[in-house]
Amino acid sequence: MQKIMVCMKRVVDYNVRVRVKPDGSGVMLDGVKMSLNPFDEIALEEALRIKERVGNIEVLAVSIGVADTQQQLRTALAMGADRAILVQSDTAVEPLIAAQTFLALVKKENPDLVLLGKQAIDDDANQTGQMLAALWDRPQATYASKVEINGTKVQVTREVDAGLETIEVDLPAVITVDLRLNEPRYVKLPDIMKAKKKPLETTSLDTLGVAAGQLIKVVKTDPPPQRQKGVIVKDVAELVDVLKKKGLI
Amino acid sequence: MHKILIIGEHDGKTLNPATAKCVTCAKAIPDSEITIALLGADTASVAAQAAALSAVKSVLRVDRAENAHPLAATFAPQIVALAAEYSHLFGPSTSFGKDLMPRVAALLGVPQVSDLMAVESAYRFRRPIYAGNAIVTVEADASRKLVATVRVASFEAAGAGGSAAIDSKSLNAALPAHTRYIGAKSGSTDRPDLQTASKVVSGGRALGSAENFKLLFSFADKIGAAVGASRAAVDAGYAPNEMQVGQTGKIISPEMYIAVGISGAIQHLTGIKDARTIVAINKDAEAPIFEVADVGLVGDLFQIVPELEKLVGT
Repeated sequence: MQKIMVCMKRVVDYNVRVRVKPDGSGVMLDGVKMSLNPFDEIALEEALRIKERVGNIEVLAVSIGVADTQQQLRTALAMGADRAILVQSDTAVEPLIAAQTFLALVKKENPDLVLLGKQAIDDDANQTGQMLAALWDRPQATYASKVEINGTKVQVTREVDAGLETIEVDLPAVITVDLRLNEPRYVKLPDIMKAKKKPLETTSLDTLGVAAGQLIKVVKTDPPPQRQKGVIVKDVAELVDVLKKKGLI
Repeated sequence: MHKILIIGEHDGKTLNPATAKCVTCAKAIPDSEITIALLGADTASVAAQAAALSAVKSVLRVDRAENAHPLAATFAPQIVALAAEYSHLFGPSTSFGKDLMPRVAALLGVPQVSDLMAVESAYRFRRPIYAGNAIVTVEADASRKLVATVRVASFEAAGAGGSAAIDSKSLNAALPAHTRYIGAKSGSTDRPDLQTASKVVSGGRALGSAENFKLLFSFADKIGAAVGASRAAVDAGYAPNEMQVGQTGKIISPEMYIAVGISGAIQHLTGIKDARTIVAINKDAEAPIFEVADVGLVGDLFQIVPELEKLVGT
């Protein structure tokens, strides 16, 4: 194995409580803290661990997004990625177009393995990895909680509704990662300084020959329906009473 | 007319209830004709179950040895081979459907709409984003096939009473050899299935250990409930991953959800919003779980749960 490509998305930080704009045109993003999608951070951590185990592997971090996404890619470089590519786009890119873009990068870079998060925590679509694998005509192993490389094959344990499932795929392949695969490392200050010297290339959808566009129209954005605040009971006996009255026990 | 193909989920013996929920979603599309496709090694008995769902016009069986396990890379080209005459392709938002449907969509060269929670028209839907903190109304292009996953917590299961025709299909699809099934480890249990149970008792980090989860299992068995866990409890190793409820775990809609020692992070709440009644037991009166709970009790779970177990059924 010589090269791992990690696809990463800039998203609203995990801890921010997202609010819908009063006019229904979207969510409020002005001045909101942006971060790497946490699942993509886990994907990068896994690539770095594979590199540390196997040695002599280039870890390439790629993203699609606004110019400021360079900040997140610098974080990826500080974590330990060797090189980064930003496909600059001022408009949001849907999963199918993201997959087409990553395919264009795959054709150019020929990675042995592509790692990415199982979903991005903004649109929660859970599509891009599977779509990339389909367009590339290569295997997919989604929701990975364990990844074992054996030469040209990878055994992946997947978190599925019924428990855990293990599959084996031939390389090259796409693996999407779940929460419990690993815990990403913290970035140290010297690494941030070093990351400034690492190569970060910028390109565009156009240069890669990918047609931009909106395939699914977003008509409006609403806040979710609120649940009514309920009652606080004083003890277990009263709780049992209330539940009995509701016919629940 | 809109011809809708639902990809049925099953384990070879039982049709997963998520399939019946997809049927209800498909029925909401005006002027729809519903077909269920079942891929497996032998789908005879699950096909009979699918054919009995109300409003299903036909059931397609695609039986071959390679379909014994639901590998997306194996299933997707076969679904593409079936897709020609359908306007809509639906799968459930379960780990099965979420893995499979985007691969199908990409092979067809069309986008996918994930997690349909409401149907506004044949091509206009509502779906959650940002862990359910916003709901978008989206409209897909009617000139393209619509591939979607159905958020199963948003729909009731379709009832029985149907008598669909069952057909066997042999498809001319080349299957890849690059993906192989090795095995599965499931926390098989006699308790109700978490995804479809009408009552769920769930534990958080406050349980403190895997051992202490026995408290919940014992209480759950008394009231016939499934047992779930928060991400914090799963991460701490108190409960296995298949018990996780929330944005990245299972999204459920039981009649009653009892949250024990769960503070109620947004990511957890998104998994339980559709529960009919939420009960919260927590020692912290300020915990966010009380904002969404219909009934709350502030106190020590280690005293409350055993007392509750004793008092129910008396």
